[in-house]
Amino acid sequence: MRFWRKLACVALVLVIGASLAADWLAPAGYAKQYRDAINAAPSCAHWLGTDEVGRDRFARVLYGTRISLLLAPAAALVSTLMAALIGGLAGYLGGVWARMAMALTDLFMSLPWLFLLITARALMPLNVSPLVSVLVTFLLLGLLGWTAAARVLCTTAGSLRTSDFVRQARAAGLPGQRLFWVHVVPNLKPVLYAQFWISIPVFILSEANLGILGLGVAEPMPSWGSLLKELEGLVSVGEEPWKFVPLILLVVVVTSFQVLLSRQEEVAA
Amino acid sequence: MRSLRWKIAGHALALLATVLLGGLLSATLVRLAPGFGVDELELDPHLNAQSVQALHDARNRDRNVFKFYLSYMNRAAHGDLGTSLALGQPVRTLLRDRAPLTLRLLAVGLGLAWVLALTLALSAAWLRLSVYDTVTTMVSGTFLCLPAAVLALLSVLWNVPGSLAIALIVFPHPYPYARNLLVKTYSRPHIITARAKGLGEARILFWHVVPVVMPQLLAVAGVSVSLAVGAAIPVEALCGLAGIGQLAWQAALARDLPLLVNITVLVTLVTLLANSGADVIGHVVRGHEA
Repeated sequence: MRFWRKLACVALVLVIGASLAADWLAPAGYAKQYRDAINAAPSCAHWLGTDEVGRDRFARVLYGTRISLLLAPAAALVSTLMAALIGGLAGYLGGVWARMAMALTDLFMSLPWLFLLITARALMPLNVSPLVSVLVTFLLLGLLGWTAAARVLCTTAGSLRTSDFVRQARAAGLPGQRLFWVHVVPNLKPVLYAQFWISIPVFILSEANLGILGLGVAEPMPSWGSLLKELEGLVSVGEEPWKFVPLILLVVVVTSFQVLLSRQEEVAA
Repeated sequence: MRSLRWKIAGHALALLATVLLGGLLSATLVRLAPGFGVDELELDPHLNAQSVQALHDARNRDRNVFKFYLSYMNRAAHGDLGTSLALGQPVRTLLRDRAPLTLRLLAVGLGLAWVLALTLALSAAWLRLSVYDTVTTMVSGTFLCLPAAVLALLSVLWNVPGSLAIALIVFPHPYPYARNLLVKTYSRPHIITARAKGLGEARILFWHVVPVVMPQLLAVAGVSVSLAVGAAIPVEALCGLAGIGQLAWQAALARDLPLLVNITVLVTLVTLLANSGADVIGHVVRGHEA
């Protein structure tokens, strides 16, 4: 397992490094069109060929990877903070607050994730600028993806509330607010970290699903979802295999996260 | 028996709360949707100012969200779920026409997913080969790392039925759980003893393993319904299957909120019913066990 973890680390570092160095590695910007080379096959000038409007696919893959890999953690941060706020506080307060929070999370969790996402996405205007579409997509993921983490945090905070050291601190007259920030929150940190890391691959996959369905990041901004939409035009798998590069990258990154997270999940459980 | 009644009552209450909350959410969203309170008729040059004002006044009665909610719920209780903005047809008709295909797709997809997951899990528990374990874990892990929409696209490319795509999307979720559960159950002392005494594998499975793992697998089965329903959107949308998933996708693209919200409430009810059903059956099985 240690070998696989090391391999996953190397893969993630390579992919993230390449995406961050897109400005230097890419032959042109993600929106630059080569009108004389539309739908071109891979060549020295265009390593992964060009798309149907003549944009360099390699450049788009690098920039798309950067967007997906920078914004999925941002969405994970939003969802973890919401989970900490709702689940952690409700668990710490206990009683009716905990029951209400759990009922709310149950209700949210009973909604199939993709249905919830497309309903919420449809509420936002679809004809927005590419930058706004990126923010809307990932913000939605963050704002809607907190429920599972909130459940875990509520249970953990609830068990901390009844733990001996918290009871002792309360008996010693420590005010509730101080008790929460000094004794409960630091003990929630490992679970918060675990939930943060667990959310990242989930959000990467969700963005890809939304992108393929045309509800994700708007053109010409690339993301893994919008790049994978190109697969729709294929007639056979072997026809233009270079179009599968974003998919391979996505699978490598998500698999690497899963391998690295196998320990984090144990912490969260 | 009494605890079972309480359980059913609790689930019924949860369903009712979901309907009421979902209804309120639907009404609010429809009320807040862009275009609410605007009618094409107002642009008709044949109408004079008074007629346009009369149209305005008629719609202003719905300005108060709670009044709107009450009338919306009243209409919904009588089977009127409104009219789709994009398709111009009653939502009820659209749902009725498309539900059979989705239900069939989900039933076959879920069935296949569970057959695949249980077959692999059982073989893993019987064989106890690390190579087999590694291969099956890698296969299910790979499917887990693929977006559902990509699997749907690949199913179109390979000319594979949509139900198989749903099965491949769902099976990696219950598989590791079922595998761990079965391996753990097969390691129990009474099963090792039964094996040592020469009891047949089928008898061990159906008499000693299934009753132990059934309640937990039923709980996972409830959750897998939600997964399959979610997977129906990309599968139906990308495979060109005219079901409720495709309808939801079309509604999202057209920002047809009355339709989309009604579909979401309906789908939530279906998943809640599935989860409640799994929970109640699990409770009954546990009761028989005890």
